[in-house]
Amino acid sequence: MSRARVGIVGAGVMGAGVAQALAETGHDVLLLDIDDRTLAAARREIVHHTRMRRLLGGVDVDPETVIAAVTSTTDYDAMCDVDFVIENATEQWEVKREVYPRLDRVCAPGTVLIANTSAHRITRLAALTGRPDRVLGVHFMNPVPLKPAVELIRGYHTSEDSVARVQGLLEAMGKRAIPVRDSPGFVSNRVLMLMVNEAAFLVQEGVASAEQIDDVFRSCFGHPMGPLEMADLIGLDTILYSVEVLHDSFSDSKYRPCSLLHELVDAGLHGRKSGRGFYSYALANEAIDEGGALAHHD
Amino acid sequence: MPTTTEDIRDFIHAKFPHVTIADEEDIFGLGFVNSLFAMELVMFLEGHFGFRIGNEDLELSNFRTVVAMERLVVRNVPAAA
Repeated sequence: MSRARVGIVGAGVMGAGVAQALAETGHDVLLLDIDDRTLAAARREIVHHTRMRRLLGGVDVDPETVIAAVTSTTDYDAMCDVDFVIENATEQWEVKREVYPRLDRVCAPGTVLIANTSAHRITRLAALTGRPDRVLGVHFMNPVPLKPAVELIRGYHTSEDSVARVQGLLEAMGKRAIPVRDSPGFVSNRVLMLMVNEAAFLVQEGVASAEQIDDVFRSCFGHPMGPLEMADLIGLDTILYSVEVLHDSFSDSKYRPCSLLHELVDAGLHGRKSGRGFYSYALANEAIDEGGALAHHD
Repeated sequence: MPTTTEDIRDFIHAKFPHVTIADEEDIFGLGFVNSLFAMELVMFLEGHFGFRIGNEDLELSNFRTVVAMERLVVRNVPAAA
C-alpha cells in the first residue's frame, strides 16, 4: 500500500512506541495529546529509543529521520485527513468515552479507528461512534518497535474491508496479527494482568521480594523477564487500570486489584517511565534535546 | 576522588548488590541482566559523565564489561582518564 498517514491519540508510553514503529517503517505520523509536555516527552523518548535500536540488536535507523516523520499536535481537527487513527488514551472508560465521539466527528468517513486497548471491549468502543464497521482493536505490545506480533480484535460490526486495510498497515509495519475474539483483556491481558496482580500480592504479603519473584520466572520458567519487571516496563498505572477494567467487566473477585498497586500508583511510582516502580531506574537524560545536542549537564 | 572505573562499578553494584562482578567480566553473560539494562547503562554513562555516545558506539560490546565502558568514557571525555 502507499505510504499511509496515521494519527495517534495519546502520547504516553504506547502512543510514543506506536509512533516510533510507524515512523521507522516509512509512515507519516500525526501524534496528538492534550498536553504539550507529554508530546515533548514523547518526542524525546522516540529519539532515545530509536538510538537504542542498534544497541538492542534491531535495525539501524536514523533518529533524526524517524522523528522528522512525526508531527505533534494538540488539535483534534488535524485528524481530518488521516487514513487510520490508533487510539492509545489511558485505559479509563471515562477518557475513552470522550475520545471516540470526538474522533468520529473530525475524521473523514473512510478513516478506520483502531483501539490499541489492552482491556476494553471493541464493540463497546465502536458503539460510541457512527462508524462501528470501521472500528477494530489492535493490541500492540511494549516496546512496540521490537515486538513482532499483535492481537487483532474485530468488534461485532467490524467490516472485512476494515480488517483487510488494518492487516495491510500491520504488514507494512512488519507485524504479524494474531486474531482473537472480542472479550475484556483479550488473551494477553486476561492472563498477564492476573499474574502481575498476584505477584504484587506476594510482595505485599512478604512471601517473596520483587527480585525473588522475577528470578523464579526467569530462572525456573525461562521467561525473558519476570512479571514485576514487566509491570514496571508496561507502567503500573496501566496495569492497575487494566486490572480494574477486568474486575468491572467480569464482576469476578479474582480480578480485585492488589492494594499495593494502588499505593504505588498513588505515590507516583509508575515503573520505568517514572524512574521507580517495583525497581529503581536511571531516567533518560532530559538535558539531551531532540536533535541530540547536549543542552547542559552537571 | 572516585575514578571512572569506580563510578561504573558503583552503578552496577547498586543495581545488583548481591553479585560481585570483575572488571573484565561480561555482565550480559551472567544470565540475569537483560538488554534493557544496557539502555540504563547508556543513560547512566551519558548523564554521569556528560557526553553523548555516538551512534557508531552504540554496540553491546562497548557495554559488556566495566573495562569496555571505562574505555568508551575516556575516548569521549579525556578528562575522565
